[in-house]
Amino acid sequence: MKAFRPLAIALAALFAAGAAQADITIGVVLPLTGPGNGLGIPVNNYVKLWPTSIAGEKLNVIVLDDASDPTKGVQNAKKLVTEDKVDILVGSAVTPVAIAMAGVAAEAQTVQLMMSPANLPAGRDTWSFRLPQSNAVMAHALIEHMKKKGIKQIGFLGYTDAYGEGWLNDFKAESAKLGGPQIVAVERFARPDTSVTAQALKLVAANPPAILVVASGSGAAMPHKGLIERGYKGTIYQTHAAASRDLMRIGGKDVEGSFVVSGPAVAPEQLPDSHPSKKLALDFVQKYEKAYGAGSRNQFGAHGYDAVIVLEKAVPVALKAGKPGTQAFRTALRDAIENMGRTVLSQGVVTYSKDNHWGFTTETGVILKVVKGEWDVEN
Amino acid sequence: MDFSIASILTLDGVTNGAIYALLALATVLVFAITRIIFIGQGDFVAYGAITLAILQNGNPVGSFWHRHGDLPGTVWLLLAVAVIAAVVDGVRGMRRGLGSGVLAKEALLTLAVPVLVFAVAWFAGPRSWPLWAQSLFTLAVVTPLGPLVYRLAYEPLADASVLVLLIVSVGVHFALTGLGLVFFGAEGFRNPSFWDERFQLGPVTVSGQAFIIFVATITLMSALFVFFELTLRGKALRATAVNRLGARLMGISTSGAGRLTLGLAAFMGALSGLLIGPTATIFYDSGFLIGLKGFVAAIFGGLASYPAAALGAIFVGVLESFGSFWASAFKEVIVFTVIIPVLLWRSFLHGHDDEE
Repeated sequence: MKAFRPLAIALAALFAAGAAQADITIGVVLPLTGPGNGLGIPVNNYVKLWPTSIAGEKLNVIVLDDASDPTKGVQNAKKLVTEDKVDILVGSAVTPVAIAMAGVAAEAQTVQLMMSPANLPAGRDTWSFRLPQSNAVMAHALIEHMKKKGIKQIGFLGYTDAYGEGWLNDFKAESAKLGGPQIVAVERFARPDTSVTAQALKLVAANPPAILVVASGSGAAMPHKGLIERGYKGTIYQTHAAASRDLMRIGGKDVEGSFVVSGPAVAPEQLPDSHPSKKLALDFVQKYEKAYGAGSRNQFGAHGYDAVIVLEKAVPVALKAGKPGTQAFRTALRDAIENMGRTVLSQGVVTYSKDNHWGFTTETGVILKVVKGEWDVEN
Repeated sequence: MDFSIASILTLDGVTNGAIYALLALATVLVFAITRIIFIGQGDFVAYGAITLAILQNGNPVGSFWHRHGDLPGTVWLLLAVAVIAAVVDGVRGMRRGLGSGVLAKEALLTLAVPVLVFAVAWFAGPRSWPLWAQSLFTLAVVTPLGPLVYRLAYEPLADASVLVLLIVSVGVHFALTGLGLVFFGAEGFRNPSFWDERFQLGPVTVSGQAFIIFVATITLMSALFVFFELTLRGKALRATAVNRLGARLMGISTSGAGRLTLGLAAFMGALSGLLIGPTATIFYDSGFLIGLKGFVAAIFGGLASYPAAALGAIFVGVLESFGSFWASAFKEVIVFTVIIPVLLWRSFLHGHDDEE
């Protein structure tokens, strides 16, 4: 009999604790298969490293695969909000799916943390917050760097898809605002193209002092090499979607000396100590590479890391308004994110507000230079 | 546009066109002999290019295979597909009441080459062979996939209509692309150049790689000519192309012909992949568009004429190159619009010559 007493007390304590805790349920929808899986898998990698509780509340995380397909993404999101009654939706990492999920989030009045810089019409993103940087914020950093180098004209070589078009428009708008360089030649290519010789010939003939290449991942190296092979001697800039080691893996010595804009989490070791994100970015890299091997750090894993920071700041505020699982909690959570003020993340600094769910401020973009196959932060 | 730009564009177009020509020939070959419109042709291009890239550099960091050894995913794929084929054959054979000796012999025939390839890969994986040896090995890995694909997907339907075979082809293409994603991951690959030399010809610089592309294409075309004109197997294939039933009555195995044809197609696809790998970044799904341009070229030959298909391929390459120069945003539109007048012209010329 005596032996049972501690056990009974322990069990009672466990039940008491269980009753006090209404778990926070987070529904994560990511492209783990399909063409967007290069973006979804790193986010999921970090989701696996999430803490087990936030503000004393146990986290209950459900991960579903959207197969990079908007229909599947909507089905998953609907299942999560109706059956699992999630408090927070996270995802997706590909833009079309993230946009489709935003509809479900708005209907169910549930906060959505997007892992993609998705453009939504005004009023459609009331419940959706973006964790990746917008093109405009990144263009800002690029334009400042170009102005510093005295570049007045640039050429544009970008994808014939939404990413290329978005960058062209955002770059033009930011450049007009800041008095930055003029775009003098615009050429396009598609991801599966086998050659950019013709486009490179035309750009080299226009001979701007700099060229901006807008492409993503390993696809960013081919146009870059194409320009070099046609004898282009000016400066080449790349966007944040190219800020992965694939650029060096495929581009080799041809990408030497070019500039890439990126969030701080890709090369935190070299950031000046005054950079607000340095400490968090180092922490992210250390945690991620401990789990997935040296050199595995990337842009999207860091977005998974940043989601936790946002929640750790907003959840305690929202808990005052209601228990997890209630609409009061979900509404309070959205208001808390909107009012959390200047928040430092591993990927930069965000200030969300009622009218701005993009968040990132212009302190965010870091310019990296490729030197001997490594990133070198430009100051 | 001056002469030097025109000549650079032409050279670039002809270089790409030479690769499309290989794919166009394979498409015509497969259609003539088996009546299959083989959409998966381009996938073998990606398989070839990426298999060589992984033999060169190992699997990329972060991919599933990175943690499971240095073998390219295609080696596992080949083994898996062969085992499935052997099992399917075994079940079919047992239903027909074949003796166990016959069954074992059949399974052995199916599995021999894949197992041999696997063993060589296991041995060669950790050692870095020279580039040419790895290239030959890549061809040895991808080529046997062709006959296995025919046996699993098409052989049970060999006498179905062209439309049914086309629908199966769409499925086969999606399966091959999806498996490519599983086995290679989403990131792109680029291969080292086979020959870094550059030759100055007036305003044009011909790279060693372009030279190799021309030589390989012309060699393969000549080899095909010799094969079809001078060898018994080649003549049997031609007989099958002209009249399947007649060929069968003459004792030619039409299923054997189909396997051989798809083997040739896979070989030509993989070879195109090896040739294009050093000039472009190849993703698991890059093959489709490259294969589609080969298909457009094959349409120029009405899916029947080899020389017309080859010329069509050069035309597509040059058109693509000049299209990129004048209106890069509309390049694909230009290339794929050209097919419409060609189809109209062919349809006026021949009318409906069959019931399908």
